[in-house]
Amino acid sequence: MNEHSTIDWQPLWLSLKLASVTMLILLLVGIPLAYWLAYSRRRWKVAIEAVIGLPMVLPPSVLGFYLLLAFSPAGAFGAFLSRYLDVRLVFTFPGLVAASLIYSLPFMVNPLLAGFRELPADLKEASRTLGKSDITTLFSILLPNIRASLITGSVLSFAHTIGEFGVVMMIGGSIPGQTKVASVAIYDEVLSTNYPLANRYAIILLGFSFCILLLVNIINHYYNKHKALP
Amino acid sequence: MTQSTAFLDFQATKMLHTAQGRELLDISFRLDQGRILAIYGPSGAGKTTLLRILAGLTEAGSGHIRVGDDTWLDTTRHIHLPTRRRAIGFVFQDFALFPNLTVRQQLEYASPEKHDSSIIAELLALMELEALQHHRPALLSGGQQQRVALARAIARRPSLLLLDEPLSALDEEMRNKLQEYILKIQQRFHLTTILVSHYLPEILRLADTAIILKKGRIVSEGTPASLFAGQTPPQKNNSSFKTTGTILRIEPSANAFIVSVRCADTIIDLTLSAAEATALNLNQTVSVIFNAINPKIIP
Repeated sequence: MNEHSTIDWQPLWLSLKLASVTMLILLLVGIPLAYWLAYSRRRWKVAIEAVIGLPMVLPPSVLGFYLLLAFSPAGAFGAFLSRYLDVRLVFTFPGLVAASLIYSLPFMVNPLLAGFRELPADLKEASRTLGKSDITTLFSILLPNIRASLITGSVLSFAHTIGEFGVVMMIGGSIPGQTKVASVAIYDEVLSTNYPLANRYAIILLGFSFCILLLVNIINHYYNKHKALP
Repeated sequence: MTQSTAFLDFQATKMLHTAQGRELLDISFRLDQGRILAIYGPSGAGKTTLLRILAGLTEAGSGHIRVGDDTWLDTTRHIHLPTRRRAIGFVFQDFALFPNLTVRQQLEYASPEKHDSSIIAELLALMELEALQHHRPALLSGGQQQRVALARAIARRPSLLLLDEPLSALDEEMRNKLQEYILKIQQRFHLTTILVSHYLPEILRLADTAIILKKGRIVSEGTPASLFAGQTPPQKNNSSFKTTGTILRIEPSANAFIVSVRCADTIIDLTLSAAEATALNLNQTVSVIFNAINPKIIP
């Protein structure tokens, strides 16, 4: 085994860290957002829904380009963050997290939204007639009954973050230990014609993605079989 | 329904959007404590809307609701108590049981006193649900789910029990059994109850008083027996339908008699006053005349 094919685990580790942090924050953000989209009567919520769904159809480089402009200290938002909060989002790990949150948001929100919408409307009303607040209803009744959606949303947003490349390249570049995630590492190895190492990273990501999809399918299969809705 | 010290005082208007177009619901009534009021009428008459306005699930255009000493709604004073602060037990048409909770957990969730399990034990016993208390709703039959929905509504300790066609999803035999449970609950808890139903035997058996709704308005009110029995048959009515059959059964019900007539290959249950029923005999051949709400038997 020569030096060129020795695998550096750091990019894989960084990918896992980025995906885990993104998934946890998206759970906290996605639940209230999907709840609002499912139950609000405001007409303009369809516009918000479209904005959340944009990363699914937009080329990642387009999204990355605009995020780069927004996060750049030369821009108003980036300058504000840098001056008042001492936060720099370009070429840093926090910047990757911020970009990933936007990029993977629909993969969390859409399954949760579908879950809320599939619940019979009178479950929420029944809970209210039993004297319960909307918060109690959400945690005691609604969320336990969309468990499959919670798991699907978490797994998909995690996997989607692992797989991102275009956005990461635009925002983070390839700083080892900081922003060089697994997908970027593959690209770097290909550029330096080190195909065996690129292949190792690629095989690991391929196996990982397959396992994720298998897991999602098993969960959906299980819940469809044991669906407990009356 | 007395005028001065009624327990429930209801008056509301609401624009209904029905298949026939827009109708204005405009209803007022009073109800004494511990009584069962039945609301009867064709679909689209506003029966369920009335219940939902009482529960605060649908907003009234204008009106007031007073229950005991509490004001739940008064549009002139901008009072609109949210649903969760109205002491109601609401039994939904399709039961609305929580799929993630067991029978016992549904009652515990509803009970305002978390640590007082005596009412829950009593309800489980009264509704014969003890053996099923650790089951989830998906494993229960329609009739069992209905009993859980009823027990859950009582566990909330309501001052008003609202039943939205609670037995419509069940078959004939199950309906009769569940009427027994509703009467048991009523005897034990003396709850002021409003029952939406389009099934006359149920109303005659359960209700003390009834209202007939049509196009959002009360067209008549009184005791069920006076509203649904003892009226003269329609003489010349183009909307009526006549058939013949033989009498299979004559059974007393709470305020009237249920007469089962075999017509061709179906059995029709009719509700008659005592005077009408005693004039009939088993196996007698009779004519049955139906009109909109009031079927009649002519010997």
